[in-house]
Amino acid sequence: MSAAELLMWIRGPALQFATVVFVIGVVVRILEILVLGRKQDLAAARGSALAGGLRTIFSRSVPDRGTLQRSTFNVVAGYIFHFGIFLALFFFAPHILFLHDVFGVYWPSLPTQFIDAVTVVTMITLLAVLLHRISHKVMRYLSRSSDYLAWLLTFLPVLTGYLAFHRIGLTPPMLMALHIASVELLMVAFPFTKLMHAFTLVMARYYNGAMAGRKGVNA
Amino acid sequence: MPKDQSIGEALRARGISRRGFLKFCAATASLMALPPSMVPIIAQALERARRPSVIWLSFQECTGCTESLTRSHSPTVEGLIFDTISLDYHHTLQAASGAAAEAARAAAMQENWGNYILVVDGSIPVGDPGYSTIAGISNMDMLLETAAGAAAIVSVGSCAAFGGIPHANPNPTGALSVAAFIREYGNRTPNTFAADAAAQAAHTDISSKPIINVSGCPPIPVVITGVLAHFLTFGKIPDLDSLGRPLAFYGQSIHDRCYRRPFYDKGLFANTFDDEGAKKGWCLYKLGCKGPTTYNACATTKWNDGTSFPIQSGHPCLGCSEPDFWDGGGFYKAISTPTGDISRTAVYAIGAGAAAGVALGALNRAKRTRLQQTHSKVGIDDLDKGG
Ligand code: SF4
Ligand code: SF4
Repeated sequence: MSAAELLMWIRGPALQFATVVFVIGVVVRILEILVLGRKQDLAAARGSALAGGLRTIFSRSVPDRGTLQRSTFNVVAGYIFHFGIFLALFFFAPHILFLHDVFGVYWPSLPTQFIDAVTVVTMITLLAVLLHRISHKVMRYLSRSSDYLAWLLTFLPVLTGYLAFHRIGLTPPMLMALHIASVELLMVAFPFTKLMHAFTLVMARYYNGAMAGRKGVNA
Repeated sequence: MPKDQSIGEALRARGISRRGFLKFCAATASLMALPPSMVPIIAQALERARRPSVIWLSFQECTGCTESLTRSHSPTVEGLIFDTISLDYHHTLQAASGAAAEAARAAAMQENWGNYILVVDGSIPVGDPGYSTIAGISNMDMLLETAAGAAAIVSVGSCAAFGGIPHANPNPTGALSVAAFIREYGNRTPNTFAADAAAQAAHTDISSKPIINVSGCPPIPVVITGVLAHFLTFGKIPDLDSLGRPLAFYGQSIHDRCYRRPFYDKGLFANTFDDEGAKKGWCLYKLGCKGPTTYNACATTKWNDGTSFPIQSGHPCLGCSEPDFWDGGGFYKAISTPTGDISRTAVYAIGAGAAAGVALGALNRAKRTRLQQTHSKVGIDDLDKGG
């Protein structure tokens, strides 16, 4: 199989497969949670669940001071790499083109040099996060193989994307194939790993906020 | 023109000024990314070089490469360098035909055994040798036979270099590039030698012949002549990339040297061929430009005497100097986009996921009710999704 053929397969059947697994997996896991439902709360509401829920989705995104002081590295590094991935994923021109192909919407991109810099920072941060996980006694104790797997699945698309952009090491079609393949791996594993938090995080925050809101607690 | 004339003598005989000749040498040097101090050395080497014999074999090809080459012809000096080699066999350009043409090839091979340059354009059909024959000789046999005495092989054009359009899906003739053919069949003895035991005995394995790929559909004229000039100047094949192409000409991508690159970097794209972006000369990536994955000298050398190149005239790069560029999923589709209809797949998947999710949820509810009724405890492991 030539590099061009491999790339065609990766952009074609492999991508279809990854999409099917990703979408079905994510939908199933979300519905599983929603359909399970909650016991009806018979107590009189003292505040708005909806308002509390919505507020908390955003308010919990800002770390409270205690957490920030206790785990400065986790919070700061966590923010950096999440934001980096977000920017590179949604504001790199070829990615927008890809998403345009799928969703039919188009938005402006950020300068490639900027995305390039963001990618480098993201990779360094991800490496630091891994190092921290390995070197920190408690973190290491808490880590399971699935945590390392999730890290690898996150790191590979960033790394291969960087290599593909700068065309380092292999022919461009090969690098592109590897990059898309790494994303497909991520997509396939996504619903079955903690990566699922990208969706459930919003639900969990809303739920916490709604419970508090209903009780009239300003959480 | 006498064969043993040096290139310098030949040029002077044709009234080419020393200045014009040096200009060509300078252009060649800069194309090959050599320092200006190399210009006199190139000039000296070319002046003294005996006109080498060149045998040009055309297999499954469209003659576009020859067309391209002749566009570098008079009055440019690049073309005259071609006059100064001894082109002993070339279907389109030679006067002789039929048996006389084949006799010319045999004579050139015999006289220059081990020293001639073999240029090939077109791919070699191995599905059935009958798909392409010349004077009753199959392309396979002619290549095996002629390559045996060559100093080096130059595969001109993407068909000879990578298989090109004959090799495109579904490749009905079983077309192979020169390099792929030699890798697979290089140790064979050509059938044409069947009757001639002496020739058979003398036939050398061609598996290790140096091959230079000058890809492009067609290649840029000065790149073809530049590669030959390099060979004449230094007497060895130039530095090649992983696909066997001279780094001097194929070392940088179209995208690296494209004058529309600032627009790409800023995210300014033409969406159609006639929108505002197209008129303003913005980047053609969204229209399928393969510049980022294509290595060629178009953006620097340009075409038609340095007039322009495809992107400059408003059309995306097709990636014609890369292997299998015909099968890249469409000329007007960017290389990073899906080939199929992902949206539709996703919609079906959402439907399937919803059905499965509701069913699973119902099962979970039933399980919960059961556990509640039996007052069973739910531990952390029951909740674990393995994530
Ligand atoms: S037109 Fe093509 S080669 Fe030029 S910058 Fe855009 S993508 Fe790159
Ligand atoms: S711009 Fe691209 S497709 Fe056009 S001739 Fe150059 S390499 Fe070939």
